[in-house]
Amino acid sequence: MLQLDAESLYAQLLAGVRPLLKSGAVLVGVWSGGAWLAERLQRDLGLPGGEKGYGVISSTLHRDDFGARGLASGTDPTRLPFATEGQHIVLLDDVLYTGRTIRAVINELFDFGRPASVTLAVLVDRGGRELPVSAAFSAAKIALPATQKLSLDRQADGRLRFSVTGADPRAAAA
Amino acid sequence: MLSRRNPQLNRHGELIHLLSIEGLPKSVLTQILDTAGTFLSVNDREVKKVPLLRGKSVFNLFFENSTRTRTTFEIAAKRLSADVINLDIAKSSTAKGESLLDTIANLSAMHADMFIVRHAESGAPYLIAQHVAPHVHVVNAGDGRHAHPTQGLLDMYTIRHFKKDFTQLTVAIVGDIVHSRVARSDIHALTTLGVPEIRAVGPKTLVPGDLAGMGVRVCHSMEEGIKDADVVIMLRLQNERMSGAMLPSAGEFYKSYGLTPEKLALAKPDCIVMHPGPINRGVEIDSSVADGAHSVILPQVTFGIAVRMAVMSTIAGNQA
Repeated sequence: MLQLDAESLYAQLLAGVRPLLKSGAVLVGVWSGGAWLAERLQRDLGLPGGEKGYGVISSTLHRDDFGARGLASGTDPTRLPFATEGQHIVLLDDVLYTGRTIRAVINELFDFGRPASVTLAVLVDRGGRELPVSAAFSAAKIALPATQKLSLDRQADGRLRFSVTGADPRAAAA
Repeated sequence: MLSRRNPQLNRHGELIHLLSIEGLPKSVLTQILDTAGTFLSVNDREVKKVPLLRGKSVFNLFFENSTRTRTTFEIAAKRLSADVINLDIAKSSTAKGESLLDTIANLSAMHADMFIVRHAESGAPYLIAQHVAPHVHVVNAGDGRHAHPTQGLLDMYTIRHFKKDFTQLTVAIVGDIVHSRVARSDIHALTTLGVPEIRAVGPKTLVPGDLAGMGVRVCHSMEEGIKDADVVIMLRLQNERMSGAMLPSAGEFYKSYGLTPEKLALAKPDCIVMHPGPINRGVEIDSSVADGAHSVILPQVTFGIAVRMAVMSTIAGNQA
């Protein structure tokens, strides 16, 4: 059974994001896991602006599976409390998988203006890419079969925890 | 008219057509209101358009005229990136004798994905929904005296925006209720969302007697009707729908039921005043009230676009 310690991965992410912050760069977290990371990094990196210093972005309005799955309910709308035009942006997400969510949020981001650059940092890169998307920093790289789902939760005390659900066909074969 | 399963919902209970608010569960209404909140913020973006209905064709079928409602549906569809086709149906095939279902069959052959229907006959959008292909969706934009569900939903969005919680409110609906599909949709929505006191206010000739059965308090006195109300929804006096002498005169109506600053003073101090438009100044509402601090008539119009975007994207994303 795969064990991922989200808290120690976060410590690595904190160290890995620091060199990605070009002058005046802002953090934008992908709802919901990435938004928790952005909120916490904003504080731990001592970035200016406090609550209004980082953004949250949702993939809902640009998802490519809208035709099959419809509108996702229960997502927060995008909140970018600063101008994105000409801005360096560090995009944060918990898990990088097919790359489709990142494609959607980049489209969403560009609806607000033309950023100077967009860099991606994630806690876990689980492989399985279906689009040419890559992270500038990932705290862990693992290979998970498509039958398994990796999700991040935030507990009441603010600590992060990964859980893996679904069957691992490799385990069944062994 | 309703078959055993609500024809607006698929077997998973998801909305596939919007025909009436009656019979829709609270969760569906709340989800549309939440989604509308997301779309409202799209207006603040550099690009005021999202691609959810890209490549889809939305046909506006207005068998009855309404420039305003048709325009807001058109704007909503365009902000979702749909192609919008407006048919001036009163002047086209129907006038040449084509039946409603033949018109729909022809437009479906032109690859329509959604029909926005306004019709003088109650139930026309139901008939259309029962005959379209599974991938085609229907929105009722007002049918006869029956329902105007997107107006009902935008009214709920407006109330929630200003009052936050439905469960403590007194809502007064005033005027020509008997001819009003807006009133009917509002009453169903307010009931489903848990409003404890709904009042229907107007003269005996314009307030249907069966409303008490829907849990509505009928008031023939304006003073009793708007006393301590949190929300006052004024309705337009529908001269074009009046048959015979239902009212002595518009002047008489204004004297008894027109919303003046004096009458509004009986409502709660933070009361909001709504109106589905177009307003008849000096008939059902005084100009100083329509333009006054309590009036949220123009925000209603803005919210209406976001609510219609929410309805269209919700039904388009659900399979029959």
